[in-house]
Amino acid sequence: MNAAAPTADPAAATGGSGPASVAITVAYGFWIFLLSDIIMFSAMFASYAVLTPRIAGGPGPRELFELRPAGIETLCLLFSSFTCGLGVLAVEHRRMRMFFICFALTFVLGAAFLALELSEFSRLLAAGAGPARSAFLSAFFSLVGLHGVHIAAGLLWLTFNVAQIAVNGPLEFVIRRLGCFGLFWHALDIVWVGILTLVYLMGAR
Amino acid sequence: MGKLHWAAIPLDQPLAMAASLTIIVGFLVLFAIVTWKGWWPTLWREWLTSVDHKRIGVMYVLLAFVLLLRGFIDALMMRSQLAIAAGAAPGYLPPEHYDQIFSAHGTIMIFFMAMPFMVGLMNFVVPLQLGVRDVAFPVLNSVSFWLTASGALLVNVSLVIGEFARTGWLAYPPLSELQFSPGVGVDYYLWALQIAGVGTLLAGINLVTTILKVRAPGMSYMRMPVFCWTALASNMLIVAAFPILTATFAMLLLDRYVGMHFFTNDGGGNAMLYFNLIWAWGHPEVYILILPAFGVFSEVIAVFAGKRLFGYRSMVMATLAICVLSFMVWLHHFFTMGAGADVNGFFGIMTMIIAVPTGVKIFSWLFTLYRGRIRFEVPLLWAIGFMVTFVIGGMTGVLMAVPPADFVLHNSLFLVAHFHNVIIGGVLFGGMAGFNYWFPKAFGFTLDRRWGTVSFWCWLVGFYFAFMPLYALGLLGMTRRMQHYADASWQPYLIVAEFGALIILCGIVAMIVQLVVSIRTRDRRRDLSGDPWNGRTLEWSTASPPPTYNFAVLPVVESLDAHWESKHRASQPPAAARAPTDYADIEIPARSANGFVTAVFAVLTGFALVWHVWWVVIAGMTGALLTLLAFGWTPRRDSIVAAGDLASDDIARREMRAGAGGNTPA
Repeated sequence: MNAAAPTADPAAATGGSGPASVAITVAYGFWIFLLSDIIMFSAMFASYAVLTPRIAGGPGPRELFELRPAGIETLCLLFSSFTCGLGVLAVEHRRMRMFFICFALTFVLGAAFLALELSEFSRLLAAGAGPARSAFLSAFFSLVGLHGVHIAAGLLWLTFNVAQIAVNGPLEFVIRRLGCFGLFWHALDIVWVGILTLVYLMGAR
Repeated sequence: MGKLHWAAIPLDQPLAMAASLTIIVGFLVLFAIVTWKGWWPTLWREWLTSVDHKRIGVMYVLLAFVLLLRGFIDALMMRSQLAIAAGAAPGYLPPEHYDQIFSAHGTIMIFFMAMPFMVGLMNFVVPLQLGVRDVAFPVLNSVSFWLTASGALLVNVSLVIGEFARTGWLAYPPLSELQFSPGVGVDYYLWALQIAGVGTLLAGINLVTTILKVRAPGMSYMRMPVFCWTALASNMLIVAAFPILTATFAMLLLDRYVGMHFFTNDGGGNAMLYFNLIWAWGHPEVYILILPAFGVFSEVIAVFAGKRLFGYRSMVMATLAICVLSFMVWLHHFFTMGAGADVNGFFGIMTMIIAVPTGVKIFSWLFTLYRGRIRFEVPLLWAIGFMVTFVIGGMTGVLMAVPPADFVLHNSLFLVAHFHNVIIGGVLFGGMAGFNYWFPKAFGFTLDRRWGTVSFWCWLVGFYFAFMPLYALGLLGMTRRMQHYADASWQPYLIVAEFGALIILCGIVAMIVQLVVSIRTRDRRRDLSGDPWNGRTLEWSTASPPPTYNFAVLPVVESLDAHWESKHRASQPPAAARAPTDYADIEIPARSANGFVTAVFAVLTGFALVWHVWWVVIAGMTGALLTLLAFGWTPRRDSIVAAGDLASDDIARREMRAGAGGNTPA
């Protein structure tokens, strides 16, 4: 990315050795992107916290949320992160069969999470508790939905990168992106743990 | 076609039609000239698809200038309306049109004038000052610019097709909700800013990574020029604040498009939540704008005083203190919300505390000038004008930080005078100082000094005439956003303000004349030395304009003010005159159409979203996604500059610069 190779100049010893490698700048830039993404989520979290009591005479969290599907969703997501981590390690060691199995599992678990989330949404919609019902439900659907959109985007990203490797072999730049994908997927876990706590654990009881 | 219909073109409004026609004819003339001269291939290869941070920086500043004109025309219309609309006289602008004008003026001046101006300067200067060849992610940089330009285009399309928001520049609900703003104006506002906001966020991530990870060998943190520090602080604020804006606008969009209840009056919505969120972005935003300007002044004052910047370390500390504190003051924008004395007291005190690091900066600049060998070049004029003006603006700000005083001054013209005082006197003056200072680096010739001076004095004098009366009017009780007023005793003040706006107009004309004169006489004003101001930092150690790769061999930095030190080291000739011996092949990123193509789809999608043309929305989003995937399928190509070519190229440039010798500006 930056063309300059690190210079081994003694004068530079006290002030760093020049531009970092592409691998480092890409990972670093992606970390900063993730921080910004988490700030976006925190604005949604804050809104949810403010708007939770504003049920406008409609159903509140106690009547609506069920812990069991949320628990299964959590398990799906956490296990998908585990398989994702294994998959990144596998591709770095060029163990391709392991890589494809792990990422297939990651995809399936992520898709299962999405399916469960969508079934919860449709259950709420069927019960007349859609996003337009009250400020509380607007905030709920937006916060959880934003996370869901991230998961969906992640599945697309994963498919694309795996397809690249399936067609072109384990290219360096694709492996770098899969590393970023791993960071992204783990960050979504952290966000989900926040959602599980604030929305489901604190709401369902 | 969704809500789009021929009736969307405001044929019944002569003023809007005239403006639209001017824009359309302007575009067509530009198109015709480019076609006639056969410039399309060059334009496409060298500019539209360029991923060179210098070119992108220049395009950002150009965008800022074009929209400065648009925003200023809005300002002139408002001032002339208010100069006549007293008592029985209705003026020439109906209220619904006037409301669009002040909303567009604020939106354009902040998001599409001040932001691109500052981001453009940072883009151009930061990699040069860090002694490296480009930003961390050159293609992403191009995408960022084109997304910003897409937003600017959408705002201007609203003039021709449909309408713009009538809600003020921050679109407060519940006024901006569907119930009270059923038209497309607010949608134009929201989608334009969502698209541009993504661009800004990506630019911020890019520059933070660049400054923290991509620096010349030896460039430790405490050897970085102050401008790089302020750019770092500003971009960290972008990364931390713009996601809040995106989330807030997303909530308002959900309210408007799918009937949610975040900020509505009914359904349990809470409009004050919007106020808190938007200002949690909005207050850092003003520091995002002013911090790079502070950096420009630090560079300019040190160079034209011929002295090392006074208190470099305290300057860095002050910058970072402002960066942190800027997130702790947002509530002072709505003391009148009624959060109670404790909350208001806290935010009032935090606001006053911000004046401390700012004061540190002012004194550092004063002490830098003290007993310096001062050269009154145009950039320094802007810097001195800034110091006087900004202190006044800062003091009125501290005054409004006192909650009881704010209850009286809230939403009055006093406030309008205050923020113009700091944004014009700070950000715009900073931009102009930077523009005059770095122009010779970007284009290889200096700007005309006489017209630059004329422009500066017109802006400065015009500013005082235009805004000092507004302080008085605010104290007299005139509120902002009035299209007409009954109290005829206000009129003389507003006529003086109109007069001031006309002097500023002269300043803008002088700016354009300066540019035209300088370009026409560029052969006389070539700067072959690459260092016309006797500069201190690394951007002056390479040729003007710099080669695509900036530095043939990366400089090795041994101190602060690296270029100055290398010029003044007695034992050996300056580094700029010494040809290195260790040329190696370098890679420079190949041009990419990614940014431009993405922007085309972004404009299409944004426009279709405004008008609810869903099939175009789907087509546009699919197009943008496919663009991303297509460009992401293969690894990015780099072009290689061979060591031999690099060496001959570099040696020729060095000889040219050594021949020019002097550091004297034309």
